[in-house]
Amino acid sequence: MSSKPRIIVVGGGLAGLMTVIKVAERGCPVDLFSIVPVKRSHSVCAQGGINAAVNIMGENDSPEIHYYDTVKGGDFLAHQPLCRGMAYDAPSIIYLLDRMGVPFSRTSEGNLDFRRFGGTLHHRTAFAGASTGQQLLYALDEQVRRFEAQGLVTKHEGFEFLSPVLESPEGPCRGIVAMDLRTMKVQAFRADAVVMATGGPGLVYGRSTNSMINTGSAAAGCYRAGVRYANGEFIQIHPTAIPGEDKMRLMSESARGEGGRVWVPKKKGDTRPPAEIPESERWYFLEEKYPRFGNLVPRDIGAREIYHVCVDLGMGLDGEQKVYLDLTHKSREFLDRRLGAILEIYEQFVGDDPRTVPMKIFPAVHYSMGGLWVDYEPTADGMIDKSSPKNHMTNIPGLYAAGECEYQYHGANRLGANALLSCIYAGTLAGPSSVIFAENLDCLAADLDAGLYERSASKWEKRFEEIARMDGPENPHKLHRELGETMIANVTIVRENDKLRQTDQKIQELMERWKKIGVTDRSQWSNPEIPFVHQLWNMLELARVITLGALQRDESRGAHYKPEFPERDDANWLKSTIATWSPEGPVLTYEPVDISISEPVARHYD
Amino acid sequence: MRSEIVFRIRRQDGPQEPSYVQEFRLNYRPNLNIIACLQEIARHPVDASGKATSPPVWDCSCLEEVCGACTMLVNGVPRQSCSTLIDSLPSGPIELAPLTKFPVVRDLMVDRKPMFEALKQIHGWIPIDGTHDLGPGPRRPSDQARISYVFSRCMTCGCCMEACPNYDGKDPSQFIGPAPLGQTHYFNTNPIGAMNAGERLDAVMGRNGLTGCGNAQNCVEVCPKEIPLTDAIAQLNRQANRHWLTTLFGR
Repeated sequence: MSSKPRIIVVGGGLAGLMTVIKVAERGCPVDLFSIVPVKRSHSVCAQGGINAAVNIMGENDSPEIHYYDTVKGGDFLAHQPLCRGMAYDAPSIIYLLDRMGVPFSRTSEGNLDFRRFGGTLHHRTAFAGASTGQQLLYALDEQVRRFEAQGLVTKHEGFEFLSPVLESPEGPCRGIVAMDLRTMKVQAFRADAVVMATGGPGLVYGRSTNSMINTGSAAAGCYRAGVRYANGEFIQIHPTAIPGEDKMRLMSESARGEGGRVWVPKKKGDTRPPAEIPESERWYFLEEKYPRFGNLVPRDIGAREIYHVCVDLGMGLDGEQKVYLDLTHKSREFLDRRLGAILEIYEQFVGDDPRTVPMKIFPAVHYSMGGLWVDYEPTADGMIDKSSPKNHMTNIPGLYAAGECEYQYHGANRLGANALLSCIYAGTLAGPSSVIFAENLDCLAADLDAGLYERSASKWEKRFEEIARMDGPENPHKLHRELGETMIANVTIVRENDKLRQTDQKIQELMERWKKIGVTDRSQWSNPEIPFVHQLWNMLELARVITLGALQRDESRGAHYKPEFPERDDANWLKSTIATWSPEGPVLTYEPVDISISEPVARHYD
Repeated sequence: MRSEIVFRIRRQDGPQEPSYVQEFRLNYRPNLNIIACLQEIARHPVDASGKATSPPVWDCSCLEEVCGACTMLVNGVPRQSCSTLIDSLPSGPIELAPLTKFPVVRDLMVDRKPMFEALKQIHGWIPIDGTHDLGPGPRRPSDQARISYVFSRCMTCGCCMEACPNYDGKDPSQFIGPAPLGQTHYFNTNPIGAMNAGERLDAVMGRNGLTGCGNAQNCVEVCPKEIPLTDAIAQLNRQANRHWLTTLFGR
């Protein structure tokens, strides 16, 4: 029997890289799979910062308050011990990142600087200019490169994950099947534990703030193999983005954290340029309705208020779902120093200088609170037992998930600047847990019969041979666009049961039309269309999970809002949605939420 | 004002295949970037002569000029195709071609692996003692962190490597290129990284290192993040001289 277990990590964003570092630090070899060179992962897009109650600003902030803000922000749908564990570990995570060389912005005394973000009254968000995600990802990428140079980490970049290799339908997981996106060869790889860290499914909505790689296809591959998918209906709409024909570009919440004000003209259809509209004729609707939190209400509330003002009251700019985000009262020097990177993006793509002209912004699909179901081991005092192999394990033994692809931490709505933290914290749990699991196996994957791997790979080889031969009339990119338009129209800020039913019909229609796709590129070398056809099917599968989860949930909670059921209904709906794959579509069941630490209360920010 | 957008795209079916140019025509709309046009071609892959074809292959991910993936030559200039707006280009046909200093994978997609390998050569990391809790990191002056941040925005996009007359993609033993040198400077100016600056200086004082820079300044011209690469190289040169003398005469 070979002595050391091998771990496979799929995905090289913050969660994946932190997992790799934790595994490699224990001397365990890691195979790291990623669609793109890991330095180009979607974590680079995070802008505003990362939360930790370090309390450098002398506001009596504490991890306990951070924990409570998080579960309240999530409308009490998050399992509480993990949130608490995360909040308590956050300061040491920031210190670690600082030691790794992240160029965090500093105070005049040389301490870490912190700014405000939504859903809290404390300055709790550490940041590196306005491209914090990029800086954090690079720091972790550098540490992984160090292990790579030592020979402990082997990178497989340019691979599409297709499926876990399971010894039996119940597991354990013994490896993965993946496709080399250049040679188009499908291959099975052995591992003693697998950690999925493959990010969110933004592309299910066509245009979102997500990167083009965020199809959710890898998570869907696990779901199709029997992993439970939880709280799929909870999709975060970010209140402030810049629309483009190719994607929605994020305008960070930090713009409001640094003093940005949201407003519309008080007079409907006012066509004057914003500078000519006097203060008294501007409606700062968030500040008026939420005097305590103002422009920094949580994102679900912010997006809903913008929708209300623009759609219900018809007061959006140019008659659209568009409002001003105004930073023009701040000095140019201040803005360049603290928000430079995001203001450059706006300037580049819109052409106006946000330092002198208020930005015009839209809500956009941004983040999935839901994802693969994963477990955890709480301690008696409401923290996490870090020696347990259960932490971040899916319902399939040996198959783990960390980061946006799983459903923990954010409940029904994620607070800004908690994503980077949850990804890194998840990696600090999933890495050691997967190693502990692998070390306790009776037989390592290296010693297993090759037949299991040959069978797993050949099933997918056949699937791709079929896709490559498809010659029907439908174009996969056009089908994708239709899916996105339907999902954006019906499964975003406001959800109505009629429209959700129609949406599910539409998705099933698209699934039928998927079978009539004609592949326009038949090359067997670096052909992105063939994997895209595969990803599109997986997006359709997830779209049904999201839509049917929303249809079933007859209440309003966090990002899920139904005018027909406008109140949160704890008696009937304080429970996680669990979708299990079946050939006929998702089977939905429910399980209780761990509220062992804090009793849910009504959520107020006014 | 244009009524249509004409693309002349340099295509290549594989690394060993000959390249050719294919023309595509799109209806003009305002505020398009190059990616949105390529996406439209993928939805309707028909060339200018009306012949059905395969969609051109290109590399992209974030579309916000922060991941570095979508670099290509636009009218001969290396830049990010996501942040290149059609309205900012002259009204004639737009020429798209893959970078020339990296091996072509297919069409506009190239392999920038040499850049990531170079980051290994320069020991591009802070050698921390471990990820266990060791308390806060060193305090840093705000200005120093701000300068550091400028270098940390390098997204390994390859624009500077493409523009550098001394970087020869075919033979990396000639000159390592501007981006990895900028990163060497970045790590050497970090308070913890400075403790083993000598190691990194050794790595860039060899045959393909600092002496390969001819100071053409092309790199700073094309860097989408305006990273002062030549300043970094100048400072590295000074440190390298000092380092050479201290190693020669001992401390």
